[in-house]
Amino acid sequence: MVFPETEEMRFDLQVIASWIDPGSRVLDLGCGNGELLAWLTVHKKVSGVGIELDEEKAAFCIANGLSVLQGDFNDEVDDYPDKRFDYVILSQTLQQVYEPARLLYSLSRIGRRFIVSFPNFSHFSIRLQLLLKGMAPKSKELPYNWYDTPNIRVITLKDFKNFARDVGYRIVEETAIKTDHHANYGRVVKSLSNFRATYGIFMIEKEA
Amino acid sequence: MSIEETYLEVGSAGAVEKQFYTYAEPPGEMILESGASLGPITIAYETWGELSAKRDNAVLVAHAFSGDSHAAGFYPDEPKDAKPGWWDSMIGPGKGLDTDKYFVICANILGGCMGTTGPSSINPKTGAPYGLDFPMMTVGDIIESQKILLDHLGISSLHTVTGGSVGGMQVLEWCVRYPEMVRSAIPIATTMRHSALAIAFNEVARQAIMVDPKWNRGNYYDSEKPDLGLSVARMIGHVTYLSDEAMRRKFGRKLQNKANFSYGFDVDFMVESYLRYQGSQFVKRFDANSVLYITKAADYFDLVNREPPAKSIQDILAMPIKFLVISYTSDWLYPTYQAKELIQALKRADLDVSFCEIEADCGHDAFLIPDKRLGTLIGGFLDGVPRN
Repeated sequence: MVFPETEEMRFDLQVIASWIDPGSRVLDLGCGNGELLAWLTVHKKVSGVGIELDEEKAAFCIANGLSVLQGDFNDEVDDYPDKRFDYVILSQTLQQVYEPARLLYSLSRIGRRFIVSFPNFSHFSIRLQLLLKGMAPKSKELPYNWYDTPNIRVITLKDFKNFARDVGYRIVEETAIKTDHHANYGRVVKSLSNFRATYGIFMIEKEA
Repeated sequence: MSIEETYLEVGSAGAVEKQFYTYAEPPGEMILESGASLGPITIAYETWGELSAKRDNAVLVAHAFSGDSHAAGFYPDEPKDAKPGWWDSMIGPGKGLDTDKYFVICANILGGCMGTTGPSSINPKTGAPYGLDFPMMTVGDIIESQKILLDHLGISSLHTVTGGSVGGMQVLEWCVRYPEMVRSAIPIATTMRHSALAIAFNEVARQAIMVDPKWNRGNYYDSEKPDLGLSVARMIGHVTYLSDEAMRRKFGRKLQNKANFSYGFDVDFMVESYLRYQGSQFVKRFDANSVLYITKAADYFDLVNREPPAKSIQDILAMPIKFLVISYTSDWLYPTYQAKELIQALKRADLDVSFCEIEADCGHDAFLIPDKRLGTLIGGFLDGVPRN
């Protein structure tokens, strides 16, 4: 088992980890090398499951004692019974999902709560690039060109909140953060977050 | 994958001897799933490593259709250059199934021909080999015989049960029949039930044996054996164990020891030569009737549709078994979609399941080919399985 320290984790994962109740059942979609799952398993005694597309990463997780399924989480989530998990986590991947509404609905079905984090497309540097250069913006968080980007969804904090309101998802926690891409440090943005935050993190409960 | 990256640097499981345990002496015969009775039954088995004082480190390895109890190491009386056991890359000190940590057991399956009672064994009622008088056994009967062996060895809990192909079916049957004995299970390159394709290949293999006049309705033990039929059966089997990619890479359209076609029916292509060789080697070690019985047992195996009170996969609901399901990208006998069906069933039964689809071009037999990834995966997974 790998024993990561909190300060080693990506900053948005540190925020997410702080929201998880000890002993809960957690599903981590796109769990990578399992750093969040391993941390939650060791420090919060959760019973965790990860889903990871990449063979090498999935095998790494399994060989470190984590329960991980190699596969596409868009398909894998369908097989779980209702409310199988206390938390379903989708970190920094929503912008790459082909059918986000359908996926989030599945998450609300299989989890009591779900947590999403994504890069904020309305950060002022992105707005300025579009305004001044007249070109599709690039940033450390979203470094690709329009023709090769896996990030097919343009999401802002405001868009996500509107979506949640429209489909009846109650936001029970939300944190806007300013952090560098994949960095393990950062800070919480309290004011003008849609303008100043590089990432948003939301915890959702489906209204009955 | 590189075959150079094997466990040659780590130790061999060493010398091992085949052991035997006999039970079900008449009149206490074992009642099989079909209702038929069979006895006495001898189980041939081999073990590696030491059973711990707490008896909590036992690992059961289930062999595939044509395997045997000789999973690792070598027999003391063998020549020095003899091939080691069939999963020598996986079993030994420092390997995936680490014999410094675990007490590894592998038994020849019921109906086999490598020391365990099967159709070539002597029927005590007649004093001659059973032949077709051997009762049809099932994968369930194989597990019951292994359970009796574990009782004899004083083992009531398995750290893991693992195996590939028909061995994987045994892994799943163990979990369904004795879930409280199994702490973890690693079914590899296997299925919950044969597809029509798999049954079809088995049927062609059986027909190849049965149309050989020397088969003589299974009664050939004191005359010439149906070697031709058995060898053709093995050739068909070998095609299903490989893959299009592997055969292209290994043989392509290369000719065997010639520059031009012979315009006849001798061996021209290298792949023909390979299959004939495999067939001719197989008849030296395997019994044709055992092929009939074991392939039929594999065809009957169905973990999904079972008439209660027989237990099926959904009956192991929420048991604390850690599953690690492994499939191979180029396995067309039990393709990954069948592993996914198994995972779906395990998820619905609220079981702890991990899954890895290993990229390999060598087809169904990939699990037998030394590959560091499999050993690392299994070794690490087993470290995370609680001992109690």
